[in-house]
Order: sequence, then structure tokens, then C-alpha cells
Amino acid sequence: MGNPMKIRATAKDGVTEVKVLMSHEMETGFRKDSSGNPIPAWFIAEVTAKLDGKDVMKAQWGPSISKNPYLSFKIKGGAAGGKVAITWVDSKGDSRTDQATIA
Amino acid sequence: MTDQPLNRRGFLARAASLGLTTALVTTLAPRLAFAEWNKAAFEGKTPADALKSLGVADAKESADIQILASDIAENGAVVPVQAVSKIPGTTQISVLIEKNPSPLAAVFEIGPDMLPDVTTRVKMGQTSNVVVLVQAGGKHFTATKEIKVTLGGCGG
Repeated sequence: MGNPMKIRATAKDGVTEVKVLMSHEMETGFRKDSSGNPIPAWFIAEVTAKLDGKDVMKAQWGPSISKNPYLSFKIKGGAAGGKVAITWVDSKGDSRTDQATIA
Repeated sequence: MTDQPLNRRGFLARAASLGLTTALVTTLAPRLAFAEWNKAAFEGKTPADALKSLGVADAKESADIQILASDIAENGAVVPVQAVSKIPGTTQISVLIEKNPSPLAAVFEIGPDMLPDVTTRVKMGQTSNVVVLVQAGGKHFTATKEIKVTLGGCGG
């Protein structure tokens, strides 16, 4: 399930800026452990965002995204009190959804 | 993942409905359980491989794409990159790190409710060009910025 995301959503002049900090190892699959065995890849592959239940953003990621990924994007519309929900799915099929209220 | 047969059946139905019959063998592996994830593009070893798998044949340089990042990254493990497109009708923004083992870092689908302005943090193994690829009106445009890395981010 992973740890909760930190989500901040702020509406200003008709644009909602969303900032998300996720908690994930983002293992590339290229590294080796101390005994020389490859560490298998494990990373967030898909990220989606909803504004008040409607899909607004969809992203595909590779392992080049940093550990504990940060993402920020801008949505047209949205108002204080609205809900932004972010979902990620990782390469092991695990997923997590968190929601924040627009400030 | 508790009920294996049912899970597999659901998977087959989903894959078939998406016309992914040729990919069935690979979709049975749990770690590849994505309907849309562009495996070929993300596993491409060179920028050219990745672009080909993204369906990019001819990309033009564009001054309307901005890459906002510092010129020098002290820590290659965490390099903030902001990509902004001023090209009308932008539908997709992708970020590639030329010299990473798998160059494609991210593909963002820019829906009608979004501004073409995304920020994330990427890993960089060494000093490299960062390429932002924008799809707009069925055409592709790119912009490139070199970021110098003083400490690599992909080492063990």
C-alpha cells in the first residue's frame, strides 16, 4: 500500500496548482546489492489525478523518476473546497490513492 | 491477488478487449500489469529507441518549449525539471534523459482540463542532455537542455 502521499492543491485565478509528494523506493533495476546481485526494478509506473471525480491528468513514469517522487501540475478550473485525488500504480501492481481538499 | 484463476481471467478479458492479444504472454507476469504503460518506450536503451516506441518519426526543435531546471545539479539523484509548452493544442509532454540507461523518464498526457506545465524530479547518472518532447496536433516538437551533474544518481 505504501505510505500516504502529501498533496497540496491551491486554487488561484481559475487555475488549481497541485503539488504531490509520494513515498516510494523507485528502484531502477540497474543497481546491485552488497553481494553483487541485481536489485529488481520497483517503481511507480502510472499516476492519475481526478478533480471532483473527473479525470484530469494521466502520466506514465519510468525508473528515472527520483526516489520519493515529487510531481506538480496545473488544472484549469477547480475552486476552494473541491477535491483532488491522486492514484499511483507501481511495477509490482501495488497502488495507492490519496485525496486533498483545494485550499 | 488472492484468487489467482479469477484474477487471470479478468486480466485476459481486459487485455482482449483492448486488442492486446499479442501481448498476452507478457501481461501474465504481475509486474507488467498495466494496460497502457508503454513498456517498449520505457525499456528503450537509447533516446532513439524510446522515441521510436513513442511513435515519433520527425520531431522539430521548438523555442516554444521551456525546460526550467538549474544548469548544474549537485545531486544527480534528485534533479528538479519543469517542462512548459506554449505550443497550442499540446496533448502530451515527455521527459527524456539522454545518457540514462533507460532514457525515457515520464510521459504526461495533457488533457483539455490541464495546463501544459508539469514539474517532477528525475535521476541523472551523469551530465546529460535533458530532452522535452511535446506532442501537439499530431506533430512532435522538442527542446534540449544540458544539465551538469557533479554527483551521479544511479550508482550502487
